Amino acid sequence: MEKDFKVEESTDVKKTPKRIAFIKGRTAARVKQEDEEMVMTVPHLVVREIIAFEVMVIVLAIISLLFDAPLEWIANPDHTPNPAKAPWYFLGLQELLHYFPPVVGGVLLPALAVVALIVIPYFRINVKGIGLWKGNRKRTFVTLIVSVGIVSIVLLMFEVFAMLIPTLIITAFMVVPYFFTKKNRFVEWLGNLPLSWWVMTWFVVIVVVLTAIGTLFRGPGWSWTWPWEGIY
Amino acid sequence: MRTYLERVFESQVWRSMFRHGLPESNRTRAETVFYNFFLHVHPTKVRRRSVKFTYTWGLGGLSVGLFIVLTVTGALLMLYYRPSIPQAYSDMKDLQFVVSSGQFLRNMHRWAAHAMVAVVFLHMLRVFYTGSYRPPKEFNWVIGVILLVVTILLSYTGYLLPWDQLSFWGISVGTNMVRAMPFGLGDQISFLLLGGNIVGEYALVRFYVLHCFIIPVVAMILMGIHFWRVRKDGGV
Repeated sequence: MEKDFKVEESTDVKKTPKRIAFIKGRTAARVKQEDEEMVMTVPHLVVREIIAFEVMVIVLAIISLLFDAPLEWIANPDHTPNPAKAPWYFLGLQELLHYFPPVVGGVLLPALAVVALIVIPYFRINVKGIGLWKGNRKRTFVTLIVSVGIVSIVLLMFEVFAMLIPTLIITAFMVVPYFFTKKNRFVEWLGNLPLSWWVMTWFVVIVVVLTAIGTLFRGPGWSWTWPWEGIY
Repeated sequence: MRTYLERVFESQVWRSMFRHGLPESNRTRAETVFYNFFLHVHPTKVRRRSVKFTYTWGLGGLSVGLFIVLTVTGALLMLYYRPSIPQAYSDMKDLQFVVSSGQFLRNMHRWAAHAMVAVVFLHMLRVFYTGSYRPPKEFNWVIGVILLVVTILLSYTGYLLPWDQLSFWGISVGTNMVRAMPFGLGDQISFLLLGGNIVGEYALVRFYVLHCFIIPVVAMILMGIHFWRVRKDGGV
């Protein structure tokens, strides 16, 4: 069996009566370190919480004084605005609907995203967080190129350049440690990042790009509109 | 002055409410947390590392803060709002022109709602990138993801209530997405949500009840479990 624990002994009998701690891999904060410096919750934590809350309320109040919440004409089912947009956090989805059939863009992909988020902690590979290039480099490279290739072909078929370009850029960063083996802090940092990090970062970049396009770059008939031509 | 205050703090009435002394010694500081209903979600001592702002960026706490602001402003807005057509819209106009600070109240509610969606999402990113979903916190991560969905639903159900063009068509677009669900499920769910086939009077009432009662209660229960588990797993 692989030895994924280390034995720790404390000599401070007052604090740690004869005890051996088995620390398996990366785990919860409470067993991570012993003898950490502690502070009293009152005042150290509570005061910070109160300040954070007050600053937040003040910022909100200033924003509320400066900018009015939008209110258009009374709802009229006979008069469809062009474009009809959902609130901003759904514009990434609406952008997806522009490329994919409704079942894929409106149901399958968002459901997949939520399920993917939920299952993250239940995969050992995510919990261990070993660098992407720590295993068999050649095999990792082939698997990566094949998977990205399949995704890219699908995206190309539907002409989803808004997802294709970020995907390719992120893949380029992913393979940097494969080609540049020279010791360099940036390359080393990239090489130590686990697969889960890359997938999540890819997901976040796609969400941000799609939401930004849907919010700022889409006008009448969902056509491409530059922000200076008007934000719809 | 000080002696008067001291006499108040030592009086039986005060002590019946607050059983501990002023937080002047570490003992009474610990008791302040331990015996206080609102503070007892925290341990009496925390790691110095975890009170540092950049450790969590305070994003979870700010989400709660925004929820509190939204509850207060939301309750005040409810006083001036009738979920029917066309009263809903005229009440918006009243808030704008008749109610004292009505516009400010609505602005605060609106911007806090947008902020909450963003902050909860950022909180999820922070938890992911610091690896805080690792065992034994797997299930708390799941609750967190559900809370993100709940936050979006809260914001979305509120979006219809002003009953202007923005609300109506925003909700129409969204429920058309729901309709795309296969096996006839989409039509069923959309009918259930709207209380009909189109966004109308019954949709407004349903979204109102969902927004002001059902989803907030669900959110509060989930938040209770979320914080309790954070604490049990060794967090603040």
